[in-house]
Amino acid sequence: MPVVKLSQAIKNISVGGLVEATATDPGVLADIPAWTRSTGNELVKIERQEKVIHFLVRKKK
Amino acid sequence: MAEEKNKLTMIVLSGDMDKVMAGYNIATGAAAQGMEVVIFYTFWGLKAIQKGNLTGKGLFGRMLGLMNRGGIDTIGPSRLNFMGMGRWMFKMMMKSKGITPLSELQKLSFELGVRHLACQMSMDVMEIAREDLLDEVSDVAGVATMLEHASQSKVTLFI
Repeated sequence: MPVVKLSQAIKNISVGGLVEATATDPGVLADIPAWTRSTGNELVKIERQEKVIHFLVRKKK
Repeated sequence: MAEEKNKLTMIVLSGDMDKVMAGYNIATGAAAQGMEVVIFYTFWGLKAIQKGNLTGKGLFGRMLGLMNRGGIDTIGPSRLNFMGMGRWMFKMMMKSKGITPLSELQKLSFELGVRHLACQMSMDVMEIAREDLLDEVSDVAGVATMLEHASQSKVTLFI
């Protein structure tokens, strides 16, 4: 589950750090922005290239 | 009254694969957002946290244990199970789409610190012992414990 992996990855970095990831689950287009809003982190970029979605999240707190 | 925390309480009464899967999806999603999550398994929900061995002491208890084998890999969809054929088909379909299998989703919920409570009353009625449940189950509890958790939760769901 992408949001779960993102939450685990972001736990290990310091505030201001970035997590870059790719996913094939089309649900992430809605899930990652919702997750960043709920957790107060910043969604820097999210884009889809055919079957793969790239996203970049910055840890704000 | 208890103050509201960033918490989600879930009561799982269903023992069907589709419903348990929805439950674990929500639980892990909530945990990934930093929510404190408590799952209270009752009645058929106990199937999802059983080791899978035969249960029961008395005649009816053992008959139930035989007909109602538990275990996360044995539960089937609430409809179209076709004696297990439907369960197999759904698992194939989910695998081909890269969906996390149910057993892994459950393991993830253990790793993310979700609290799993088993209903004492259901265990007594169905003659399921503590040893018949997975070791990761946090505790055995009753309705008052569940209500205490629910009173503190922003979100309470009945599955």
